[in-house]
Amino acid sequence: MPGADTAEGRQTAAPAIELRGISKAFGPVQANRDISLKVMPGTIHGIVGENGAGKSTLMSILYGFYKADAGEIFVGGQKTLIPDSQAAIKAGIGMVFQHFKLVQNFTVLENVILGVEEGARLKASLAKARGSLKRLAEEYELNVDPDAKIEDLSVGHQQRVEILKALYRQADILILDEPTGVLTPAEADHLFRILDNLKAEGKTIVLITHKLREIMAVTDTVSVMRRGEMTATLETATTSPEELAELMVGRKVLLRVDKKPAQPGQTVLEVEDLHVTDEDGVARLKGVSFHVRAGEILGIAGVAGNGQSHLLEVLGGVREATGRIRVNGQDIDLTGKHSDGRSRRARGIAHVPEDRQRQGLVMAFKAWENMILGYHHDPAYQKNRFLMDNAAIRTESAASMQRFDVRPPNPNLAARNFSGGNQQKIVLAREIERSPDLLLVGQPTRGVDIGAIEFIHQSILDLRDAGKAILLVSVELEEILSMSDRIAVIFDGLIMGERLPDETDEKELGLLMAGITDTEAPPDFETIEAALDAAAGPGDAPHG
Amino acid sequence: MDKMPRWADIVLIPVFSLVLAFLLSGLVIVAIGEDPVAAVKLMVTGALGSTYGWGYTLYYATNFLFTGLAFAVANHARLFNIGAEGQATLGGLGVAFVCLAIPWPHWALALPAAIIGGALFGAAWAFLPAWLQAKRGSHIVITTIMFNFIGASLLNYMLVNVMRPTGSMDPATARFPPGAHLPTLHDLLAVFGIPFSKAAPANISFLVAIAACVLVWLLIWRTRLGYEIRAQGHSEPAAVYAGIRPVRIVVLAMLISGALAGCMAVNNVMGEAERLVLNAVEGAGFIGIAVALMGRSHPFGVFLAAILFGFLYQGGAELALWTTIPRELIVVIQALVILFTGALDNMVRMPLEKLFLSMRKGRG
Amino acid sequence: MDFATVLQVLDSTVRLATPLLLACLAGLFSERSGIFDIGLEGKMLFAAFFSAAIAAVTGSVWLGLLAGIASSMALAGIHGLASITFRGNQLISGVAINFLAAGLTVVIAQDWFQQGGRTPSLLGGARFGPLTLPFAETLRDVPVFGPIYHDLISGHTILVYVAFAMVPLTWWVLYRSRFGLRLRAVGDAPEAVDTAGVSVIRMRFTAVAICGVLCGVAGAYLATALQAGFVKDMTAGRGYIALAALIFSKWRPWYALSATLLFGLLQAVALRYQNIEMGGFVLPVQVMDALPYILTVVILAGFVGRAIPPRAGGSPYVKEQ
Repeated sequence: MPGADTAEGRQTAAPAIELRGISKAFGPVQANRDISLKVMPGTIHGIVGENGAGKSTLMSILYGFYKADAGEIFVGGQKTLIPDSQAAIKAGIGMVFQHFKLVQNFTVLENVILGVEEGARLKASLAKARGSLKRLAEEYELNVDPDAKIEDLSVGHQQRVEILKALYRQADILILDEPTGVLTPAEADHLFRILDNLKAEGKTIVLITHKLREIMAVTDTVSVMRRGEMTATLETATTSPEELAELMVGRKVLLRVDKKPAQPGQTVLEVEDLHVTDEDGVARLKGVSFHVRAGEILGIAGVAGNGQSHLLEVLGGVREATGRIRVNGQDIDLTGKHSDGRSRRARGIAHVPEDRQRQGLVMAFKAWENMILGYHHDPAYQKNRFLMDNAAIRTESAASMQRFDVRPPNPNLAARNFSGGNQQKIVLAREIERSPDLLLVGQPTRGVDIGAIEFIHQSILDLRDAGKAILLVSVELEEILSMSDRIAVIFDGLIMGERLPDETDEKELGLLMAGITDTEAPPDFETIEAALDAAAGPGDAPHG
Repeated sequence: MDKMPRWADIVLIPVFSLVLAFLLSGLVIVAIGEDPVAAVKLMVTGALGSTYGWGYTLYYATNFLFTGLAFAVANHARLFNIGAEGQATLGGLGVAFVCLAIPWPHWALALPAAIIGGALFGAAWAFLPAWLQAKRGSHIVITTIMFNFIGASLLNYMLVNVMRPTGSMDPATARFPPGAHLPTLHDLLAVFGIPFSKAAPANISFLVAIAACVLVWLLIWRTRLGYEIRAQGHSEPAAVYAGIRPVRIVVLAMLISGALAGCMAVNNVMGEAERLVLNAVEGAGFIGIAVALMGRSHPFGVFLAAILFGFLYQGGAELALWTTIPRELIVVIQALVILFTGALDNMVRMPLEKLFLSMRKGRG
Repeated sequence: MDFATVLQVLDSTVRLATPLLLACLAGLFSERSGIFDIGLEGKMLFAAFFSAAIAAVTGSVWLGLLAGIASSMALAGIHGLASITFRGNQLISGVAINFLAAGLTVVIAQDWFQQGGRTPSLLGGARFGPLTLPFAETLRDVPVFGPIYHDLISGHTILVYVAFAMVPLTWWVLYRSRFGLRLRAVGDAPEAVDTAGVSVIRMRFTAVAICGVLCGVAGAYLATALQAGFVKDMTAGRGYIALAALIFSKWRPWYALSATLLFGLLQAVALRYQNIEMGGFVLPVQVMDALPYILTVVILAGFVGRAIPPRAGGSPYVKEQ
């Protein structure tokens, strides 16, 4: 690894962290294979890779959450055994997990002292922590009300609590796992400022992400992981997003999908003034209107958590709403008995949900049972009034699995035994084979291997070319840009604007995703800055 | 790939758990100074060595079939119906009402009516816990436990204050009319010229229970409702996505479960006691849990497990009669079966899974 | 109802509430750590038998108490093994433990004492006797306070006072100590405890062990203080009532005291009066018996404030991949 050598050559101090030959398998899956890595003190080191490349596993090993099968860990030049989180904390390592590890009904203070209380009585610990938090807050722009309950805090603030927890435990090395996935661009920007402050104080930061622009923006050095292996370690200043992308996927990335121009027909879906309030009483959609025509793909772009999931669920009949939705000119129920998924399917709406493992499939069911999920009332599957025709379902499933290249094409295998890509193909086969008037697709390629992505994209395009309407929701801007015929951007429960893919770019979409429309007067310099950052695609990210 | 072949999951693990439970029970027998081998022999001859023994074994098995199926159906929807005891108690009330309502001319008329009465009352007793779970998220385990106790108090009240014949000191209903007496296996087999003990209580309800097994199998694996129950049981989000309404499934699964438990009364109240007495269910509701867990919630597995427990019950009674081993030993065995097949499943499973993994690796 | 009768009913309330309170607090520790326990009944029953048996054999009620605690802890250990180590279904484990206790106590009692599943009656030092509190006799004749002090507050066995003292102690441990902070955290967000470097498994086992100890005391109280010896199924559903009280109290110690006193009162009234006349309407004794359960269902239905159990309750802790 030439990159690692240059990093070492530049600095003479012992690396803050050094991994040598780390391997870890989960059953038959080799999550990490012979990984070596050096991170110098006082730097921000990025680790990039696709979903499932083994980034999180590697860091969990470093934090003592998992035990490596082989390999050694050196902290500050000292060989260190990290059998559990306690040992990691002792070694000065702190971790901010992707899913926060906070006790929701505890206060910030209680969460911070948990595990590092002084003595058996709480009183002294709480008093001490209160003082320390105040200092840390001032030092690093980490302001949080110490007496607030976690469940009342925003996601961004909860993340600060996680960072405070690590700092309170005297962490010198801070690992952040996909920290911006749930943040708005402004929150992400604030986080990067905090990271810069920490670096200035001499802390070492490891940033795990799959977003190249973050790597380019804040890191000093970067390592790339692919399929459990560390493929390169580079200085950020000397690399480019294109190079990193290539290293990540192992070949030139196809940025555009080959597709014919759309030939839109009649309007299939009309959404007017749609409002949704979730279980916690939070307004998720605040008056959304748009339409989709036959033979076109409308892409919904947006940062995760801005209401696009709720939109899909309303259209798919999983969630109730107020407003008006027409399909082929006829109103559909948004509340009550006839607003469920079964009624939606009867109206020609098919739904490939965002979370296929939780919603789209019953993982314990066999493939053939999954192939009729939601369509099990179809008369074609009934033998008589009471009994289903399982034999017929099996035969049909096998044929349609063949057509969608599901591997292995065995309808008797349980869904959980298929790979992510093949699971998605099962869902797509089920939904597309019924030739719906409208197909809802959420995150079609999340967690799907490269080979399957092209097939999945092609299947969706084929349906479009067959004159069907498609609503595509994805948080991957590149997917939206390459697949859509029109793009609508959602922010905070509102459609910020519509663009044609040929007449826009990632920068403009990014601004919209941050809630800034051209007509609107810019709120303040910082937000624009953040939005620009958010929009900066692999092509023109500011080089760190 | 799954870690183990299917047959290992559905046959090997329950059998292994059972062996463990029996070994521990054997130790208990040794500890109290009896000979376990002799005990097993005594149990086998007592429960299976005569038509009298078989008559009792099948009578108990019938009870366990109903409660086992009841637990199994709810379990497919991931509902832990621990209330079969109460539902069967209420079923008894329903059967008693039906049997005492009119002087039935013939059992063939009384039987379907009693089945409906028992099922309705059992289902009704399951309805409120189901509804509270579906609509208000009240934990069904706790509510069904509470309903067991409330049901016991209700039966007590009904027998002491309402249904007791005037002048009787016994908290029980009047005897059912002769037209509501069910034919025993003795009567049924006599038609074919097969001799069977006249004293044993096994009756036509056993056939009803077998029919219930078949119906439950069809329900779970061949109907849309069964499909929806299983989908909901495995993944509620997926069920909702598929347009399945959880409230409907929870309530329906529990109603069917309660109805099955209620049907048990056709056997013990109508078929055996021929009147309703206090504590008529005698814990059969809870044995249903063990039976369903052993039988992996599959009707055929439930059938085998119910016969096994019927054998244990009758054999246990014989043990208590001829040795110093009390009947409660069966409760111990039942507890161990529940423990190993239910709670300690992983303890049995993990080593076996490792074994299969290493065997597969060895092969290729 | 005169004053003396009221005092008698209240006195009996205290006696009957004591095992409920101990079992309820036992359940509180376990469930706060995220381990549901419907096996309170079985642990109490086990402890009742072993405390009575050992007290009967040795003549020492203290040895009996120890045996009771040890036996209850053994069952708690099985529950911990099943639900923590092997990540089994906690409800099924609880059910199994209840049956195990119901069966084993009779089997062992029959083999040991040959008295139809009972222990011999406990006499003298094999039983907890009433304690007379200081000045109980001298203050007896003071109006109102005297009888209350003498008849109601004084004259219980030591275990009653232990049970009541457990309430503030539990409160303090839960809300003012490091252990309590971790206990509450492990029941709500075990992953937070794990990443904070505290062993989830050790925390939960500790909680389950405390549950075992308290159930042991509760069982010993039943057989060696409330009654003089063990009889088959002597817990008579008290474990379930304690469970009901635990939900009723929303897993909080002071509320647990109120809930168990209320249920104890219901039992005391049902014991003293068979049918209660209420303005021409007769309230049958069965209603009194069923009332704790009915009240719990009402609470569970969320009509009288919602009972939200610890968030991670009932599910084994598995590190996510």
